Amino acid sequence: MARFVFNINGEQQEVQADPDMPLLYALRGDLALKGPKFGCGLAQCGACTVIMDGEAIRSCVTPMAVAEGKTIRTMDGLGAESDPHPVQKAFIKEQATQCGYCTNGWIMTTVAALEQDADVSDQDIRKFLSGLKCRCGAHMSMLRAVRSAADEMSENHES
Amino acid sequence: MKVNPQMNRRELLKGGASLLVTVSTAGSLTACMSERPSSTETAVQPRNTAPDRLDAWLAIDANGEVTAFFGKTDMAQGVGTAMAQIVAEELDVSVDTVTTVLGDTNLTPDQGGSSASSACRWGAQPLRNAAAEARQILVGRASEILGQAAENLDVEDGNIFVKGSSDTSISYGELISEEGFGTRLDWNKKYGNALRATGTAQIKNVEDYKVVGTSVVRKDIPGKILGTTEFCHHVTLPGMVHGRMIRPPVANALPVSADAQSIADIAGARVVHKRNLLAVVADTEWGAIKAARQLEVEWTETEAPFPHMDQLYDYIRQAPPVVSNGQTMTFGRKNYNVPRGQKAYELGPTNQALADSARVIEAEYEIPFQSHARMAPSVAVVDASGENVVIYTDAQKPHDVRAGVSKMLLLEQEQVHVIWLPGPGSYGRSDGDESAFEAAIISREIGQPVRVQWMRHEGHGWDPKAPAAVVSLKAGVDANGDLSAWLFHAKGFSGWDVKNNPSNPGDTLAGMQMGWQKWDEHNFATPDESYEFPNQVEYFQTIEAFQEVASPLRCAHMRSPQKKQVSFAHESFIDEAAAATGQDSIAFRLKYLKNPREIEVIEAVAKAANWETRPSPATDNNDSDNIARGRGVALFGGYGTYVATVCEVEVDRTTGRIWPRRFVVAHDCGLIINPLGLRGTLEGNVVQGASRALWEEVLFDQENVRSLDWNSYPILDSMEVPEAIDIVLINRPDEAPGGAGEPAHVAIAAAIGNAVFDATGFRARQMPLTPERIKLGLTA
Ligand code: FES
Ligand code: FES
Repeated sequence: MARFVFNINGEQQEVQADPDMPLLYALRGDLALKGPKFGCGLAQCGACTVIMDGEAIRSCVTPMAVAEGKTIRTMDGLGAESDPHPVQKAFIKEQATQCGYCTNGWIMTTVAALEQDADVSDQDIRKFLSGLKCRCGAHMSMLRAVRSAADEMSENHES
Repeated sequence: MKVNPQMNRRELLKGGASLLVTVSTAGSLTACMSERPSSTETAVQPRNTAPDRLDAWLAIDANGEVTAFFGKTDMAQGVGTAMAQIVAEELDVSVDTVTTVLGDTNLTPDQGGSSASSACRWGAQPLRNAAAEARQILVGRASEILGQAAENLDVEDGNIFVKGSSDTSISYGELISEEGFGTRLDWNKKYGNALRATGTAQIKNVEDYKVVGTSVVRKDIPGKILGTTEFCHHVTLPGMVHGRMIRPPVANALPVSADAQSIADIAGARVVHKRNLLAVVADTEWGAIKAARQLEVEWTETEAPFPHMDQLYDYIRQAPPVVSNGQTMTFGRKNYNVPRGQKAYELGPTNQALADSARVIEAEYEIPFQSHARMAPSVAVVDASGENVVIYTDAQKPHDVRAGVSKMLLLEQEQVHVIWLPGPGSYGRSDGDESAFEAAIISREIGQPVRVQWMRHEGHGWDPKAPAAVVSLKAGVDANGDLSAWLFHAKGFSGWDVKNNPSNPGDTLAGMQMGWQKWDEHNFATPDESYEFPNQVEYFQTIEAFQEVASPLRCAHMRSPQKKQVSFAHESFIDEAAAATGQDSIAFRLKYLKNPREIEVIEAVAKAANWETRPSPATDNNDSDNIARGRGVALFGGYGTYVATVCEVEVDRTTGRIWPRRFVVAHDCGLIINPLGLRGTLEGNVVQGASRALWEEVLFDQENVRSLDWNSYPILDSMEVPEAIDIVLINRPDEAPGGAGEPAHVAIAAAIGNAVFDATGFRARQMPLTPERIKLGLTA
């Protein structure tokens, strides 16, 4: 057991854990966050995605030792019902989910990508989302949502 | 708007009915299943859910907020919102004031959970009647108070007023008494999908609908996107430990012993070994995961249970049939079982007609085992430490979980409270309910609440599978190119190897490991569509499972069970017959279809897809850059719904990769409740259908299942999904609502296969249509 300190959604947090424990279990368990989810534990589906120092990463294979001292954003901290992140707003508007279990991965991956560069083609979008799974087949609505979020975010950027 | 129905359930429980979970401290590893530990108790005040009580279905509070109690669950299709619409319609309230509580066994009548796309088809009936009844009663009360005849009153947004006047009005909230309605409904004494309840009130005429049939946003969606929805995965209980199951390396091996020393370094790690069930628990989730990896186990030596995978289809061809249907049937009739050895169907005339025909065409189709592969594997949180048991599950059929667990733990049903929470989309008898049974045994053993979560390899490896099959077809063609005989024969593993619900412990993994008997029913399917051919025989045979007990290849319902397999063969072969006789695929189908609704969807899809009437394969298939382009059609009728699909594909001749670039779907499910929700459901049906058609195949060797993750069991990704899915909705207000969760899924594989044939002239007869197979076919 060791002590790990990191910044989660703007707050300093401390967790006692094995250095080799994946970050996901600290987020889900110790910190009771609802955004990142367990889907595979193998970096294959994206359900556990969080943004660490600006990059979308898979928390199910990221050891605590790596997360130490980092700044981490989860879907819980993106926005509230009254003030959703533009990507969340677009997903809600498009009704872009079926069960919602994969949604965290799609949203966090999109947020990380569009915050870096929102000027993206449809093919770019398909590419940066290609490592994500969705068993319900909600892809079409999610692609529409990401398109509209990208349009909105790049417009705001330009203005 | 309330975004999370679960919140409301909590609120509801806050009052007199408290959900108080306390923890037993006296856990004994040697406790026997039939002993009932007398620890502190989980106190839950159940509602009276007797279906003949109006109050079982509906509650209205003093603010006019309506709660509808629905004994089914939502498998990711927005069922809660559809039910809210139906209730709002009959009550004349705004849909925002209605919250639907789903599938809590203490709060909702037993309507059998999710199955057979039944929520709107059958499940809505009692709620609709209850809402109409409630409106009649409240209007009656208002008529006394206002001194006006009921027929002079009208309702808007839960306010009752005198027609044509705006001043006097009285709200539902003011007319409600603490005790509820106290009214009886006429109940047919059935539970599950067959449950019906009727009142004295007239339900609305469809022409008067204001809410049903309009697009209403799904109430469950914002929470899932904002990260506030409480999934079953999130539940924790005080004193809860974490469990992981230990699976045998060879599928039929049994645990002899497990060395507790091998996990002694992990906090709170213990072995739970009860009959053939083996698990570890630990204080933390990570501890349990490590313990499961680390545990040293001795297994029995067994003979490998499976044949080589490359012999699967020959095995099916040669295996002796166990059960067959007696006649052309549609799924669900129970009277098809023909006693072993007895001759069931009259093949003579068909064989004669085939022999007499100018030409016979025949083909065989092979369909693999497929996995539910839910987005997240099974999870449950169970406290069975006390006399009463509380189970949190995302399983499709909570009432059947209650029935099964209570049997297994030798309890009365009333002692088991199953609470359904949202989970990953589940499309049939998946692994969803299994962990509830495992956790119940473990919790009882250790006397503590436990959360059991499967790992990915279990979700792929140990969920019930869709059965593999070989389907052979023969058609006789006469001198005019018309069909003179039709023989359809499906042979496969039984889709009912384990029951389609967990009400019998013997149909769950844990139950089988504890020695409970599996049921003894067998089923496959034959086509449902209305084609009528001369001398037509359609029959199925099922074969024995490779491994009878607790098999990772046990089969059960998976989205449009067996219909998917049947349709791939049947709708491909109809295309083969059309092509063999030089006829257009749609024109050919229209010659033999009898049901006007099927004819209409197929005509609608042809129109929307700009279908060009010509035979396949295309002579000019726009071959450029080594990409062949083509179109295919397929039809499905079933679940009270009719759907025709056109698929346009691009086939890369170099790699064999298929891209289903566009789908056009014409869908008639009778009365449409929520067009917006329906479109989402249909897109999901199509994408998942394409995934099963193009990629999905359970891999196994002689010892065990080997496709244990998303790399070895790939599903469609964002690069592969179509460019467009164009949907034509045919609304039939005068027809009962049909199912929508499955029909559009069924014929996708055939539509793609037919399009590939149109593009390339190669007929793919083995599912999935992987690049490898297509490439091989194109070069052959
Ligand atoms: S849970 Fe991390 S990628 Fe699947
Ligand atoms: S919406 Fe269910 S897995 Fe994506």
